[in-house]
Amino acid sequence: MAVQAAAGTPADTVGVSLGPAAALSCRECGERTPLGPVFACEACFGPLEIAYDFPGGDTEGLRKRIEAGPDNIWRYAPLLPVPEDVAAKPNTNPGFTKLVRADRLARELGVTGSLHIKDDSGNPTHSFKDRVVAIAVEAARAFGFTTLSCSSTGNLAGAVGAAAARAGLRSCVFIPHDLEQGKVVMAAVYGGELVGIEGNYDDVNRFCSELIGDPAGEGWGFVNVNLRPYYAEGSKTLAYEICEQLGWRLPDQLVVPIASGSQLTKIDKGLKELIALGLVEDRPYRIFGAQAEGCSPVSRAFKDGHDVVRPVRPDTIAKSLAIGNPADGPYVLDIARRTGGAVEDVDDPRIVDAIKLLARTEGIFAETAGGVTVGVTKKLIEEGRLDPALTTVVLNTGDGLKTLDAVAPTTGPTAVIRPNLDSFREAGLAS
Amino acid sequence: MSVNVRIPTILRTYTGGQAEVSAEGATLSEVLADLERNHTGIGARVLDDAGKLRRFVNVYVNDDDVRFEQGLETPTPDGAGVSIIPAVAGG
Ligand SMILES: Cc1ncc(COP(=O)(O)O)c(C=O)c1O
Ligand SMILES: [Zn+2]
Repeated sequence: MAVQAAAGTPADTVGVSLGPAAALSCRECGERTPLGPVFACEACFGPLEIAYDFPGGDTEGLRKRIEAGPDNIWRYAPLLPVPEDVAAKPNTNPGFTKLVRADRLARELGVTGSLHIKDDSGNPTHSFKDRVVAIAVEAARAFGFTTLSCSSTGNLAGAVGAAAARAGLRSCVFIPHDLEQGKVVMAAVYGGELVGIEGNYDDVNRFCSELIGDPAGEGWGFVNVNLRPYYAEGSKTLAYEICEQLGWRLPDQLVVPIASGSQLTKIDKGLKELIALGLVEDRPYRIFGAQAEGCSPVSRAFKDGHDVVRPVRPDTIAKSLAIGNPADGPYVLDIARRTGGAVEDVDDPRIVDAIKLLARTEGIFAETAGGVTVGVTKKLIEEGRLDPALTTVVLNTGDGLKTLDAVAPTTGPTAVIRPNLDSFREAGLAS
Repeated sequence: MSVNVRIPTILRTYTGGQAEVSAEGATLSEVLADLERNHTGIGARVLDDAGKLRRFVNVYVNDDDVRFEQGLETPTPDGAGVSIIPAVAGG
């Protein structure tokens, strides 16, 4: 089937060269389409994803090339849909964030194996979204888009604003009007247009989908809509980094937050690619998905044994995960079931408790999404569903400074005293 | 009952490039049948072999996801707007 460029996309986008990316292929039916700013299969509406021509053979050479690369996601450029000279272009250069060995948290949770936090709060705009946007920017340049855009629960908006500023593109991003103040400020400060929509994220998404089909959206690259196949590949770098940081070894268990389910789906894709390329030994791994109870359509479907995800209207403090209609939900279900994992959810008070637990034990301040993954990890261990003797990696995908509102009501000074020693002693603070 | 249907880019080959077409029907099911009569082939793109909405297609009647309403039996009042949209990724 021929490529049908979306209305208003530059005409001569076919034939662009994005490294090892060979074509787009439909995840549902396998139908192939040349590289372009298209995201849904003409035959079945399934999501298009990148098909690669990876260099075969020289595993050692590839490993050495990666290890010699920059300390950011571009070290994996041979495995990503980006031009060869990507590292030389202005970009936010996210990635290669810390994999923190979390022994104190492990003790508290009863984990006897090794527990690690992949801490993506260290990215340029303090969430994993910088990874996906960095790849999408390269696609936007390749296809000649002049405005970088997205529908966002907040983190993506900040990442797009920053990346567009660095790349010298115009940006215009769309968010639900009632997000956390920290995210609104971060989305606005880079100087692009920021549009609050009166509705929830799913309403924002629908609006953006209509905009790209309209002449009003001419020249617009929506990182998570018409650039989605490229964007989504950015999440694979989490899988690559985790394995490289474990000494080119697969973890036994991963706990990943779910909003649309794209990140979890692409982490699985990344792990499979490393196995296929011979960069890690093929062993079983389990992927667990984490949602907030107030927006748990995938967890619900998992528990009910369904393979379709019924949308919900979100109501949770974990706004970054508040997608009631998750596009990759069915794939998350497939992956959790195939790998022997699960999808679980926790309520808002437990999310706050988990944020504080991680901060208290490891000195890592997570945003609400990180509270969801830590909270779900705790629940899975308590229920005996996550094996405490194995190597487990838990993702913290965003920084707690973005969602101060969630913990502010229950945190503050532990004592207020007058500035003298008597007052200090009276407060019982002497060691 | 006449409604306005917004057509996503990937289905516009069936509508001669038109982004919006009108269709008749009191329910979504009837509207889709009418679309198929006037734009042969479009039905099989939106519905699967069992006649259900494909799992990666979202349909809205007046801004409401039909899965929150009555699915294919969702009423389509006169003058309603119907949108057919592929699922999109996260934010
Ligand atoms: C901090 C954070 N973690 C995780 C996610 C989930 O990503 P996905 O939509 O790919 O499931 C999101 C976003 O949407 C997010 O903002
Ligand atoms: Zn397909």
